[in-house]
Amino acid sequence: MLSVHEVTTAYQGLVAISSVTIEIAKGEIVLVAGANGAGKSTLVKTIAGAERPRSGTVTFDGQRIDGMAQHLITARGIAYVPENRRLFPRLSVEDNLRLGSYMYRGEADRDHPLELVFRLFPRLQERLEQRAETLSGGEQQMLAIGRALMTRPRLLMLDEPSQGIMPKLVDEIFQAVLTIRDAGMTVLIVEQRMAECLDIADRAYILQTGRVLMQGKASDIKGNPDVRKAYLGL
Amino acid sequence: MTTATIIQSLASGLLMGLLYGLIAVGLALIFGLMDVTNFAHGEFLMLAMYISFFLFAFFAIDPLLAAPLVAAAMFVFGAVIYLVVVRFAMRAKTNIGMVQIFTTFGLAILMRGLAQYFFTPDYRSITQSWLGGKTISLGGVFLPVPQLVGALVSIAAFGALYFFIKKTDFGRALEATREDAGAVALVGIDKNKVFALGWGLGGALVGLAGAIMAMFFYIYPDVGASFALIAYVTVALGGFGSVFGAFAGGIIVGLVEASTALLLPPSLKSVGIYAVYLLVVFIRPRGLFGSI
Repeated sequence: MLSVHEVTTAYQGLVAISSVTIEIAKGEIVLVAGANGAGKSTLVKTIAGAERPRSGTVTFDGQRIDGMAQHLITARGIAYVPENRRLFPRLSVEDNLRLGSYMYRGEADRDHPLELVFRLFPRLQERLEQRAETLSGGEQQMLAIGRALMTRPRLLMLDEPSQGIMPKLVDEIFQAVLTIRDAGMTVLIVEQRMAECLDIADRAYILQTGRVLMQGKASDIKGNPDVRKAYLGL
Repeated sequence: MTTATIIQSLASGLLMGLLYGLIAVGLALIFGLMDVTNFAHGEFLMLAMYISFFLFAFFAIDPLLAAPLVAAAMFVFGAVIYLVVVRFAMRAKTNIGMVQIFTTFGLAILMRGLAQYFFTPDYRSITQSWLGGKTISLGGVFLPVPQLVGALVSIAAFGALYFFIKKTDFGRALEATREDAGAVALVGIDKNKVFALGWGLGGALVGLAGAIMAMFFYIYPDVGASFALIAYVTVALGGFGSVFGAFAGGIIVGLVEASTALLLPPSLKSVGIYAVYLLVVFIRPRGLFGSI
């Protein structure tokens, strides 16, 4: 479904990821892990079109999307939930969600993903009138995911969804990822909390200083002694 | 000074204030949307007045009927100015604020120069419009009909703008872009389209004001300058970027101007406006309704 081939992205001459190649098949949950500064966020930004790669290609459903404008990549079916969520803070929860389905305005059932969003995160339904900025960190993350789902993605990319959230809600969000996959979507998730995330992921890539250090099935990676020592603290 | 003169003055001030609000709102809209001050706003007004004048002179279309046409033409003009000029100014890597100021300021000088060249510096006026020169008496207060219609148009335009922003999808996209222009791509919105729409709306609103004002003001290449200055004061008074603030600010400016004219010699009628402005800037720098 998605193939990132030999992609290098640099910021003002500083290479953040270098010749990274990853493949994601339809219906998978893929984890991209690694330490701070390993290039995880740059990788998803490059796929989302927020950054342009210096070289390499990104192909989605057989078509090149690297270098394409970010809003057009969203329109093709890749939803990206950035690390800082980027909600519209002074707009209501409802308006944030309705903006997610902006591309489908004029369609009678433009808001049909709302049913899934409310099933995943019932508390959003209780807070429809509230301004997004008044939500807790966890609720804001839920809203960001909800807004992304409203764009009807085939691939959902989450960058550090557990950041700044209380542990109980982290579980809720990881559970939601499983439900989202069951609803027919593919998920790419960037996380530092590897242990929990390996439990829900099918496969994982570990990045180190901008390169793919290791890749494989989540269960194999979890069992790898080096990974257990370096990343899982076991 | 009798009560009647006071009421008369305040009524005229209110009408003028509603027009000031209509002129200023486009400026506030664009500033709120993308933090760009359009220093050519007065020249947008000037162009709208000339379009109205030429529609009257060549096609005998009354300014009142021409108002929607002028607004439509100015919508296109505003959107085109964004797409071919401002969009590129915003790509500046350094000193982006300065680049934007000098771009729109340069645009103002260019428009004024072109107007002088093509339209000549002569003062023009629309002498025989339907409403021009007519007055109406409401309970002993005499109101000039063009200004009264202008005030009603202004209220209607604000109502329509409010509805557009709060109730439509485009309006919601406008609000979202105002909140975080970098995030709208996440929901598939092209921010450039929204910016162009904002400039178009700003142009249409000042176009409406220009069409009305062509009924009772002389039309000449520099006409925008004095109104633009008042518009900047209005926007700063109401709170930068606040559309409602621009409306309220316009009314305040109109009333203050009329009151000053009552108390001071006519040549000092602007003193009150700038005095109030300075006071607001000292006491409440974000403006009366600003939320920055």
